[in-house]
Amino acid sequence: MEINTIAAQQLNKRPTVAQTIQQSLTMAYRGLLKVRYTPEQLVDVTVQPILFTLMFTYLFGGAISGNVHNYLPIIIPGILAQSILTGTVTIGVQFREDMGKGVFDRFRSLPIARIAPLAGALLADTIRYALVTILTFTMGYLMGYHPLAGIKGIMLVSVLVICFAWCVSWIFALAGVIGRSASSVQGISMMILFPLTFLSNAFVPANTLPSGLQWFVKFNPVSHLVTAIRELLNQNVIGMDFWLTIAGGLIILMIFIPLTVKAYMRKA
Amino acid sequence: MVHPISSLIKNSRFAVEATGLIKHFGDNKAVDGVSLNIEAGCIYGVLGPNGAGKTTTISMLSTLLRPDGGHASVFGYDTVRDAHIVRQLIGLTGQYASVDEKLSATENLYLFSRLLGLSKKDARKKSADLLESFDLMEAAKRPLSKFSGGMRRRLDLAASLIAQPPLIFLDEPTTGLDPRTRLQMWDTIRQLVASGSTVLLTTQYLEEADQLADRIAVIDSGQVIAEGTPAELKASIGIAALELQLRSRDDAGTADDIIRQILGIDCHISPEGRITAPLADPDLITDILMAFRTHQIELVEVSVKSPTLDEVFMAITGKEKQKPINA
Repeated sequence: MEINTIAAQQLNKRPTVAQTIQQSLTMAYRGLLKVRYTPEQLVDVTVQPILFTLMFTYLFGGAISGNVHNYLPIIIPGILAQSILTGTVTIGVQFREDMGKGVFDRFRSLPIARIAPLAGALLADTIRYALVTILTFTMGYLMGYHPLAGIKGIMLVSVLVICFAWCVSWIFALAGVIGRSASSVQGISMMILFPLTFLSNAFVPANTLPSGLQWFVKFNPVSHLVTAIRELLNQNVIGMDFWLTIAGGLIILMIFIPLTVKAYMRKA
Repeated sequence: MVHPISSLIKNSRFAVEATGLIKHFGDNKAVDGVSLNIEAGCIYGVLGPNGAGKTTTISMLSTLLRPDGGHASVFGYDTVRDAHIVRQLIGLTGQYASVDEKLSATENLYLFSRLLGLSKKDARKKSADLLESFDLMEAAKRPLSKFSGGMRRRLDLAASLIAQPPLIFLDEPTTGLDPRTRLQMWDTIRQLVASGSTVLLTTQYLEEADQLADRIAVIDSGQVIAEGTPAELKASIGIAALELQLRSRDDAGTADDIIRQILGIDCHISPEGRITAPLADPDLITDILMAFRTHQIELVEVSVKSPTLDEVFMAITGKEKQKPINA
């Protein structure tokens, strides 16, 4: 058996930052490779934006805004926020599944940074969020939505939602790390996600709701995200909600990065 | 042959030194005080039935599990304190395939190579080399779900050898393989040691441990119950089992005494008057049979069998697995 020696020239006490980044990128690449074999993994971020945009626009358009065209500036930001947040759930479910597999034992026995598998999964998912964003805007465009803010505004909104989604994905990554099984993670995540996305101003104006619900909708971070997107796209304005959304994302990171990393390290 | 990495190692005499390893899962004492010393450059077999604690022991030695008690070191590096260094010295082939089912063989090896710090070019070359030496070239592009059990094990082993680790753990490498594939796997394992690596393998098969291992630890209920070279173990366990069927159950007591006198070991007598005794020296059968004739004990059947793992345990622990001892 002819194998050239590539064993480490020295033994390292711990991985360097550069090694950690390279290993995380390799793990992200692994995530993308898997998508090639199981493209159905992308159903939630491809079919959903297309289907929901069509469905909700024609279903609610007349009732809420008089006609479909007037509803588009309301619904497209709503659908974008809703679809991208639904996409964040997947990380927990897939990571839970991955951790239960034999290959994870090998990762744990390799001299790699403990955080690399988790970091790789989180990185790979940003591609999914980009896909949701592109598809939703394309659908909107085809149905006649031409935002006032133009391409620059669309780019800014895209960066905002993708970053916000990445922050939120840490919550579901935690669910994935501590959950008992993939299906329980799915169940818990959906229970968190449904009230957050539907009890917001994503689909209907909040002022038609009972007062208790109005209160919840106003404080719901998803409402701030939706409002921020609407203001940016339709009025070309960076308003209060834009900053609140960024603050919300940072708060999520501050709480959930330590929690998730700690829970994950205990298992890794 | 000396392993190339040996100049970097703290303790190059012992690949593994474990003292009093303990791992409990709730009430289940999976590993209950295991001590092992494994010299570098040998094949060390850990023999035991399902649930004896073999996999848990390997998991602790390979840094996957933190021991509840005791400590272990690999080439002088503590498996808990210096876990990252230990991981640079070991390769682990799990009992179930520790490769990515959804990816192809090439992709698996490429990814593991990249994780181990090889450049893209080197990783591609390494994957191709390993696929060739493990005879997996034709299946390289297929997803693993289409692989046979033997191919999967070979890929698994190939993945453990990317960094040419000086210590390789093989957890039941041949369980579930057909006899021909098993022989191929044995050859591969022997080649590994020839290239300077130390191999720790677990097995349920006495024959496998006998064929491959320089030393064997027999493990049961989380404890090492015997340790030594295959020859030493055989001498203490008996290379074969003597089975005698008495015509009359009444002779059991006398027969028991005779066998204890001649073999120096307690035998097992079933309610039907069937005697089983481990036999180290086949020549002693003559003595036993002559003594039986002298005492007018009649036999229905005499046979000598290779010992099963159950009988090995019976010999070492003095009890038969599962079945209670017959008084």
